[in-house]
Amino acid sequence: MNYFRPPSLSLRFVPVWRRNFLVWRKLAIPSLLGNLADPMIYMLGFGYGLGSLLPEVGGLPYITFIAAGAVCFSTMNAATFEALYSAFSRMQVQRTWDAILNAPMALDDLVLAELVWAASKAALSGAAILAVAAALGLVASPLALWLLPLVFLTGLAFAALGLIVTALAPSYDFFMYYFTLFVTPMTLLSGVFFPVEQLPVALQALSAALPLSHAVRLARPLFSDEVPQGAWLHVAVLVADAVAAFWLALGLARRRLLK
Amino acid sequence: METLSVSGLRKSYGDLAVLAGLTFALRPGECYGLLGPNGAGKTTTLRCALGLTAPDDGTIRLAGLPVPERAREARRRVGIVPQMDNLDPDFTVAENLLVYGRYFGLADAAVSARIPQLLEFAGLAGRADAKINTLSGGMKRRLTLARALVNDPDLLFLDEPTTGLDPQARHLIWERLKQLLQQGKTVLLTTHFMDEAERLCHRLAIMDKGRFIAEGSPREVIAAHIEPEVIEVYGEPGESSAAEWARAEAGQFATRVEITGETAFCYLTESRPLLRHLADRHGLRYLHRPANLEDVFLKLTGRDLRD
Repeated sequence: MNYFRPPSLSLRFVPVWRRNFLVWRKLAIPSLLGNLADPMIYMLGFGYGLGSLLPEVGGLPYITFIAAGAVCFSTMNAATFEALYSAFSRMQVQRTWDAILNAPMALDDLVLAELVWAASKAALSGAAILAVAAALGLVASPLALWLLPLVFLTGLAFAALGLIVTALAPSYDFFMYYFTLFVTPMTLLSGVFFPVEQLPVALQALSAALPLSHAVRLARPLFSDEVPQGAWLHVAVLVADAVAAFWLALGLARRRLLK
Repeated sequence: METLSVSGLRKSYGDLAVLAGLTFALRPGECYGLLGPNGAGKTTTLRCALGLTAPDDGTIRLAGLPVPERAREARRRVGIVPQMDNLDPDFTVAENLLVYGRYFGLADAAVSARIPQLLEFAGLAGRADAKINTLSGGMKRRLTLARALVNDPDLLFLDEPTTGLDPQARHLIWERLKQLLQQGKTVLLTTHFMDEAERLCHRLAIMDKGRFIAEGSPREVIAAHIEPEVIEVYGEPGESSAAEWARAEAGQFATRVEITGETAFCYLTESRPLLRHLADRHGLRYLHRPANLEDVFLKLTGRDLRD
């Protein structure tokens, strides 16, 4: 059997998405708090603390600069945690996936449900940070509403990447590699905390290859009532990332579970 | 009504042939047992039959559809009780049934209407709102059985449904399975409890190393593969050693003798001469009984441990 054949997509993923939603609803408050606390602390701590020392960063007050980064960072984190730890629990520990695969569901339906679910949860996290930023008066215009589809797309891209790692993981410990070797360096290279232009030229080139940079490059102008330059290119990179990573994650999951 | 038929099923992992050419078919309304030691290929057979893994060779039809090509649709007509519990720990009893019904495309109202009846059947009436971690092992198994019935399947697959349960819980599961058979459902059961297979199965197959080594009704299998009677002789090391006795003397009475430690199993067609002989051997205790499926199983698959 060719494990890496194209995904077959259908709306059958919806009942599985609803299953995850029903679990989330029972634990919504601690879950939201967990997703929001970290990025909020970074945004407010660095934004006001460090920001008071800096005249302007990238032409913006530092708190506004970092708010856009925090929306993307929070979205990435939420998608990554869901696609790694939570999906792995359902696949390996609770054997929820086994139960679902005994019903008239294909693995394609199940992995798609995990993708869309993690992206939904991530979008909620990103949107919550956006709401806080708006309440603090950091959002210039309704153009910032474009951030809502952006955080969902960013969620899809990082959920898909996370699902690749989950499909390969022998245990929870494996995820540390992904954070240490990929997520953390990417956060520092993608213009979340400081402009990418501050980096050496070689690292700037690397930065341009990272999905988080593209999300940040879309998010920051939207905060300041500007249409992002080269928006379609950034969107295309995020879409391509989501599609390719999902395809690979599904192939790896098929190889792992249907052998 | 088409159930499950399998022909020439082969599956290898690397050099290890897990299934080496299986052919069998379930008759509508029967309980068919797959028996075998650990690693015999029972679970792989079920996975192939459900389309969860593709065989290297052979054909499978489940509920009238070719598998694995149309396995997903075929599973609409099948209920599955897996070996390991995989109920949703975050949900209540009723939510587990409701959410599982959605995977079959069933409307919430349709499933909700069936929940009281399913819980009644599972002996869980009044437990609809209980959390899963408050249920005993037997209750969880019964809920898993109720979950497998949520789509009112024609065909049920049960993979070692009573492993780890106490005798009361096992008997209750057996009782429920008999009721399901009376309702006309077809059951495929894997087990390594021979008494379970003897009680429930109309027909069974004993498998080892990926092939069938016996198939038929429990009585047929016993009649075809083993002497009708068994005398188990127990002793103690030393003066009254059953093993030494068996090696020296049992052969003249029994068709076949197997010795494990200080127990000798004497398989025979005519028991009276040995019983008379044992009446005079005061150091030896014995049990005389008809041969059963476990005797056949041990004869065919050996007494060595399978880990």
